[in-house]
Amino acid sequence: MKRLYLFLGVIFLVLLALPGVLNNYWMEIFILIFFYAYLGQCWNILTGYTGNISLGHALYVGIGGYTATRLAMVFGLSPWVGMLVGGLFATGVGLVIGFLGFRFGLRGVYFVLITISFAEIGRLIALHLESLGSFMGLFIDFNPGFLNMQFRGNLPYYYISLGLLVFSLIVVRTLELSKTGRYLVAIREDEEAAESLGVNTFKYKMVAIGLSAFMTALGGAFDANRIFHLSPDRVMSMALSIEIILRPIIGGMGTVLGPVVGSFLITLPAEWTRAYLSEVGRPGLHMVIYGFVLIFAVFFFPRGIMPLLNRKLGRFFIKE
Amino acid sequence: MNSDVVLQLALQGFLMGGVYGLIALGLSLIFGVMKVINFAHGEMMVFAMFLSITLLLWGGLDPYLSLVIVAAVMFGVGYGIQRVFVNRILELPEAMQVLVLVGLGIIFENGTLMIWGGSDFSPKTSLALSSFRWGPVTVDVPRLIAFILAIVITLMVLLFLKKTNIGKSIRAAADNRYGALIIGAHINRIYGICFGIGAACVGAAGALLVPLMPAKATMGAPYTMVSFVIVILGGMGSLIGALIGGLIIGVAESLSTVFLPSSMKQVVSFTIMIVILLFKPQGLFGGKG
Repeated sequence: MKRLYLFLGVIFLVLLALPGVLNNYWMEIFILIFFYAYLGQCWNILTGYTGNISLGHALYVGIGGYTATRLAMVFGLSPWVGMLVGGLFATGVGLVIGFLGFRFGLRGVYFVLITISFAEIGRLIALHLESLGSFMGLFIDFNPGFLNMQFRGNLPYYYISLGLLVFSLIVVRTLELSKTGRYLVAIREDEEAAESLGVNTFKYKMVAIGLSAFMTALGGAFDANRIFHLSPDRVMSMALSIEIILRPIIGGMGTVLGPVVGSFLITLPAEWTRAYLSEVGRPGLHMVIYGFVLIFAVFFFPRGIMPLLNRKLGRFFIKE
Repeated sequence: MNSDVVLQLALQGFLMGGVYGLIALGLSLIFGVMKVINFAHGEMMVFAMFLSITLLLWGGLDPYLSLVIVAAVMFGVGYGIQRVFVNRILELPEAMQVLVLVGLGIIFENGTLMIWGGSDFSPKTSLALSSFRWGPVTVDVPRLIAFILAIVITLMVLLFLKKTNIGKSIRAAADNRYGALIIGAHINRIYGICFGIGAACVGAAGALLVPLMPAKATMGAPYTMVSFVIVILGGMGSLIGALIGGLIIGVAESLSTVFLPSSMKQVVSFTIMIVILLFKPQGLFGGKG
């Protein structure tokens, strides 16, 4: 285990020093890698560790972004505070969804449908609320400064997104080692058995969805202040929900490093195909490729890349 | 609120509900037999709409005639999808099944976008604007025809499942997969045919919708959602439930436009779905949850 931590520490130091040699384009790519790995990690807390699939995580991204932005516009509140408020709001919504889903024992497909419906309702509400800019969305004025979480150039965003990712890794690793984490895995593997051993499955699933929603919303606020624009079709769409789940699935659900590995593997090819195909290909082609990647990922790596890495490299890093 | 307007909306919703029922029938059949939720359902319907439009623009074939061709093509597409993709995931955990079908949905939606582009298509059809008065309300002829044909097709599918040998083996496979295997049913073929019938149902529904509304490559997702809602309302796997659920949702969505902007009518169906999931997850006509 020590070797693994050492290895990750070295990678972290390299990533800290990396912006020195990166041009703007590559910085952008790394920000995307960190950002999607972070969102994937948030989703992983709920789905990877408890087995309840959420296909509506874009809802929390949207709540975080819109709340932080609205608070900044109306009350001049710093997004650093606003993102926490947005997180709490998202937690509230997540707990409502969790209550409805878990209280009545809705599992599998039914829970998926509930998460999709809430995300769609959220998107439709954002589309129709004047105060959220309806379908045009909100445009954020550019006032650079640390307090406004707005910066010239990509460097600060690089470090913030890296910080978010490391934060999420620490949270999930701590969770995994804690009693709560063990309970969550027990719930995923066999809910009835966990319950019969006295685990309050409802409570722990609520913890998972609340934490997952909170952290996802933080990411939403970060994204809003990087792109300077929020629209329901960008931050609350099904497409974003799918983008979020792709990386942890390919990397390996229910593992700490899965979302990160997945993000490093597919973000760059995804960006390249998107950029290349939008120039030469027809609209939609890159999404068709995405669809096939999703299907073949399930066919060939039903548990993601991580089990494979564990088999090949595990002996080197983890000596028991 | 003027009662005639309400009546008019209710009638329109009811007629639309027949088509909704046909869409949901396909979903319910696929779920009832394979226990797989077809997340690509609405996207497949939009694909079928564009097939029908293409036949109309190139061959001058009216959607009511091309319906047969479109349904046949979609049967083949469905059969192929089942054998190539869905058959491999039947034993996987639900999470993985969902992902594969979502992937298929993405492929259908963006494949349609690639082939036909992203703009609206509303080709002129022969009966598009005709209507007649019936008491206090006006009846759109294409809507009425769509309703009647949808009901006829639904009944034909039900009869097919009740009376024919293939239909009986499909029901046997739905009841007990291993039992059907033991008595020598070709389970893979049955599953393929069943997915094919489900796809043919949405294919026919897509053709029926061509005269009623403009087609757009990216409009599939709401139809996937509405067919989930209907199937949950009627009961997963219940075919009569799909028809009645379709009529209920059609009327509910249409009436909701009295007090909501029409682009928010889905909020009503989602609310119905959440309420049903909470209090009667097995649906109105479902046997077990």
